[in-house]
Amino acid sequence: MKKYPVLGKNDTRSGFGAGLLELARKDHRVVGLCADLTGSLKMDAFEKEFPDRFFQSGIAEANMIGVAAGLSITGKIPFAGTFANFATGRVYDQIRQSVAYSGKNVKIAASHAGLTLGEDGATHQILEDIGLMRMLPHMTVIVPCDYTQTKQATLALGNHHGPAYLRFGRPKVESFIPEDMPFEIGKAQVLTEGQDVTIVACGHLVWKALLAAEILEQKGISAEVINLHTIKPLDEATLLASVAKTKCLVTAEEHNIYGGVGDLISGVMARHFPLPIEMVAVKDSFGESGTPEELMVKYGLDTPDIVAAAEKAISRK
Amino acid sequence: MPSIFPEFVKTIEELQSISTQVRRDILRMVHAVNSGHPGGSLGCTDFLTALYFRIMKHTPQPFSMEGKGEDLFFLSNGHISPLWYSVLARSGYFPISELSTFRKINSRLQGHPATHEGLPGVRVASGSLGQGMSVAAGVALGKKLDQDSGIVYSLHGDGEINEGQIWEAALFAAHHKIDNLISTIDVNGQQIDGPTDKVMSLGNLRAKWEAFGWIVLQMDGHNLEEIVTTLSEAKNLCGKGQPVLILMKTEMGKGVNFMEGTHKWHGVAPNDEQLASALAQLTETLGDY
Repeated sequence: MKKYPVLGKNDTRSGFGAGLLELARKDHRVVGLCADLTGSLKMDAFEKEFPDRFFQSGIAEANMIGVAAGLSITGKIPFAGTFANFATGRVYDQIRQSVAYSGKNVKIAASHAGLTLGEDGATHQILEDIGLMRMLPHMTVIVPCDYTQTKQATLALGNHHGPAYLRFGRPKVESFIPEDMPFEIGKAQVLTEGQDVTIVACGHLVWKALLAAEILEQKGISAEVINLHTIKPLDEATLLASVAKTKCLVTAEEHNIYGGVGDLISGVMARHFPLPIEMVAVKDSFGESGTPEELMVKYGLDTPDIVAAAEKAISRK
Repeated sequence: MPSIFPEFVKTIEELQSISTQVRRDILRMVHAVNSGHPGGSLGCTDFLTALYFRIMKHTPQPFSMEGKGEDLFFLSNGHISPLWYSVLARSGYFPISELSTFRKINSRLQGHPATHEGLPGVRVASGSLGQGMSVAAGVALGKKLDQDSGIVYSLHGDGEINEGQIWEAALFAAHHKIDNLISTIDVNGQQIDGPTDKVMSLGNLRAKWEAFGWIVLQMDGHNLEEIVTTLSEAKNLCGKGQPVLILMKTEMGKGVNFMEGTHKWHGVAPNDEQLASALAQLTETLGDY
């Protein structure tokens, strides 16, 4: 099984900040907006270097989305940043009408997604945002797995035209994607090849999926791990090619079980290739306060949960 | 370079004649599909006519989404779409005959303005209220970044400013000194559930907007001379570090005696008999579509 050495631990939001800065240096059309969370979003370096292209929006996310849509009309490439909760649920209708329905080239940068926001608790831990965003026609949805990939995704969005949602997180997580690994929006990455079960993960659960694959290997089970960094448009071909071999599937995501990646892929498989599927996701619940690690265990999103799901999926073949 | 088309610089008499025809278009459009919003459309007809045929520097053909060098207009209260469509068509953005497709299947003239069918003149969807001032502010910011001298206009209903996002935009535009933005509020005192005072009191609008840091002007939305003068004054106030707001007093249903001054015609189309009676009050000046 192909191994991915840990290259360090870093927060994905810093990958966004680094990517935004690099992109802005290359392309003067890139502008930034933030709703009073510039430090948390790691947009401060951008603000410092490009003060004329940064627009502080205050704690007023609805207006920020509208302003971003307006900036895009003049040919700018706006990145509007705030916590995932306030970047989606709070402003769903603004995104729907002024951005998605209007086909605007607005990039929504959403940090602190999911349970791993940690101690702030459920008011800030959105577990529904992937579902909300993927339901919008024309919306691209990207959930990169580590620091390097978040930076790559940010850079890629500079050359992508249309509304996009980029989801990343707060805590430091394992970096393992080599800098020279190509990143293409809409193209899933087969990280390890296997015969017995396909594990499709997004975000930092990709690392946990790789750890699970190692444990499964010790048990004599060969797992194919797919990094689904782009949830929409969905790379159905890569998924279908994998399950044609493995005949069973596990999904893993830091999201509610309804509306997320498991739900999405189940629909694809039901239409094209019915097979046993197990989902590692939050079981229709809000989160709570705690450390990220504690929450991942309590809500069943940890490595042993993926291992158990894989064994169950295989047993159902 | 985009420039004002000479034929757009209309005299007050010519503007009057255009707005009469636009009112006929509105009534015929909503009657044809027995749906739409004639009240607010008729109330803002004089304003939008003056804006498109006298005040704005704009290039209908070829339509450019970015509108570099142009003045741009954003309709935030999207339900008065029949008015906007008529003015856009009659100023050359798309064929006047297309007005007959309003609200019908496979039309570019959606019930509320939309962009995905590619209707020239429309740059963002509107209808869900309260969003247009933010978009207009963003466009104005983009123009400032590009050192583009174009002015951005937006129109809002007075009921619409119940929406909190309007006040977020009001803060934002003043804070960022967006001084190439002229927003107009159609103060007709009516919204769907009744008079604005009954539904949600707006209080002293001049004081509110001035407190938010805007330059505030007022005008009679049915006096074309005053509209032209006030909009010209607003243009002269641009570039002074503050956004400009115009409180425009209008009557819903203006131009049709039985529709005037009541919210009853907010979202109701006239029947055959009512249409005939309404059209009899409005001379066909430029030819019906």
